[in-house]
Amino acid sequence: MSAPSSTSTVPSAGAPGGRRRLARGALAAAAIAYVALLLLLPLIGIVVRAFEPGLSIVGDTLSRPEVTHAFLLTAIITLITIVVTTFFGLVVAWVLVRQRFIGRSFLNAVVDLPFALSPVTVGLAAVLLFGTGGWLTDFFMARGIQVLFALPSMILVTTFICIPFTIREVVPVLEEFGLDEEDAARTLGASIWQTFRMVTLPNIRWALLYGIALTTARAIGEIGAVLIVSGTIAGLTETATIYIFTALEERLVAQAHVVALVLALTSILVLVAIEWLHRRNEKARSNA
Amino acid sequence: MSMPIKVEGLTKHFGSFEAVQDVTFTAAAGSITALLGPSGSGKSTVLRMIAGLEQPTAGRIWMGDDELTAKSVQERAVGFVFQHYALFRHMNVADNVAFGLRVRKEEKASRDARVKELLELVQMTHFAHRYPDQLSGGQRQRIALARALAPRPRVLLLDEPFGALDAKVRQDLRRWLDELHRELGVTSLLVTHDQEEALELANQVVVMHEGRVEQAGAPADVYNDPATAFVAGFVGAANVLHGHVVHGHVHLGTFQVPGADHLEEGAAVAAYVRPHDVRVTEEETGVRGRIERMATLGWLARLSIKLSGGETLVAHVPHDELGGAKEGDEVWVDLRSPKAFGIESDSAGSAASADPVNGQGVTSPVA
Repeated sequence: MSAPSSTSTVPSAGAPGGRRRLARGALAAAAIAYVALLLLLPLIGIVVRAFEPGLSIVGDTLSRPEVTHAFLLTAIITLITIVVTTFFGLVVAWVLVRQRFIGRSFLNAVVDLPFALSPVTVGLAAVLLFGTGGWLTDFFMARGIQVLFALPSMILVTTFICIPFTIREVVPVLEEFGLDEEDAARTLGASIWQTFRMVTLPNIRWALLYGIALTTARAIGEIGAVLIVSGTIAGLTETATIYIFTALEERLVAQAHVVALVLALTSILVLVAIEWLHRRNEKARSNA
Repeated sequence: MSMPIKVEGLTKHFGSFEAVQDVTFTAAAGSITALLGPSGSGKSTVLRMIAGLEQPTAGRIWMGDDELTAKSVQERAVGFVFQHYALFRHMNVADNVAFGLRVRKEEKASRDARVKELLELVQMTHFAHRYPDQLSGGQRQRIALARALAPRPRVLLLDEPFGALDAKVRQDLRRWLDELHRELGVTSLLVTHDQEEALELANQVVVMHEGRVEQAGAPADVYNDPATAFVAGFVGAANVLHGHVVHGHVHLGTFQVPGADHLEEGAAVAAYVRPHDVRVTEEETGVRGRIERMATLGWLARLSIKLSGGETLVAHVPHDELGGAKEGDEVWVDLRSPKAFGIESDSAGSAASADPVNGQGVTSPVA
């Protein structure tokens, strides 16, 4: 009776256990190698290349007016994208989880469309809508609003591409959270807004923050769609990523790498900051 | 302060599913009314409609002279206790209890005083700074009750409040709730599938089945004088015997019992007999049977008796009434106060059968 259990609970006993341990070790090594090669190596490469001509290149690059303008543009696009995707992401996630209606599964599928589409396609679609002879061109032209080759279309395509992140982070947490606590809040006299602010939001805030972090990283790094709709007008519609693209074409390799490094560090910083906040929060709670 | 609750013709359809059908009852001010029924009987839906968490398809709800039917959840000012506690998991115990006062913008000083008062009432003062996931199920439900009572609700609605707890904690909390209710006197509606809980706590029991009220009355009336076959089978354990009406008697296979004057001649009937209404005697009355099994439940013996006609009955008999009868002995069996109900199909009528249903409640005679 006890014989079969002894081999399975004590892996070090006998040859099968040793082999299993070896296999497990090899798997872990493969995972580490994979992550290191694909994630860390390119990052190290950027750092090395950026600093190759000496530290002064960093200051030089970051003080160029077209670089500061590019960063400013990326910051504006990213901030507006975060505000829009957070607000509508919450609304769509709430509707998907709490409401039952015809077309719900259609909405659920459509939300993921930006994941499936190439950003270049998204950019082309925007040109189709707002370019010469586009469906919406006349409408905006008549009102004196330049959409294509200007900030509005760049914000529009970036927002479109970032739609799924917040929704996909929030939906499962909202589903798991259930209705009981919201019902309880209402019976205790809380209005819908109070219920959302005091009960629902605190429970989905980490999912929301992760969604925002992913949105930030994606918006900062977006190039394909933006490149197509921006018209790459230097000093005017050039974002940080487009700057890298054009700098490389003009053989300003070091400058390109410095800008790339700043972008990468920003994204990593956002992710680390949120992770750190989350840990600190958990710790504060368990110490109570 | 305490208010009666009245519901009239309450109906709820979910699509084509009729969850609640024409439910009417009144819960007297300061009383406990139990809504008793199996799962899916619509009792929780009735409670949620009274709270305003569901909108009735038809029917009206009053609290005293105040009609609630069209009012929002917030305006109704009811206390609601959920089966799975529904405590705010990101708030500590004190903040949970204070929630209803905070949303009403009560001053912090009076809020703190009320929280303290309630934590004393539910004997959880030392747990004020704990989080819900650091508490046991019983403790959580006490906090949930304190939270519901904090804004001084006009009525208290409890949806299977002890359903997720184990038996021992359930017993303790039930007694504690009884004492608390005597102290506070707030009109309470208790949804439960546990008939023992309903009979012990409630002043009035409303038995529900498939969305309808089967019977509403005092616990003793529902238990001793069931209005329908369903109530007879659901409230308290019962043996069921099938037979026919002949000259106002119920013929049940090998023997007959009185009490079928209200039924048509020849109708198929089901007769319900409680295990403690099965008497084992030495006098030659009733019907002959053989003790197949005997188990001791403290001062009671639980017998399985096979009647000469082939039916098996469960009997609960005090040991001193057994007169030394043992497993395998032939005895005389007499049935006290059987309750006969007409049943629609007579397919099962001719072959008399018996099966003890719902042993809950009589299996532990010490309780």
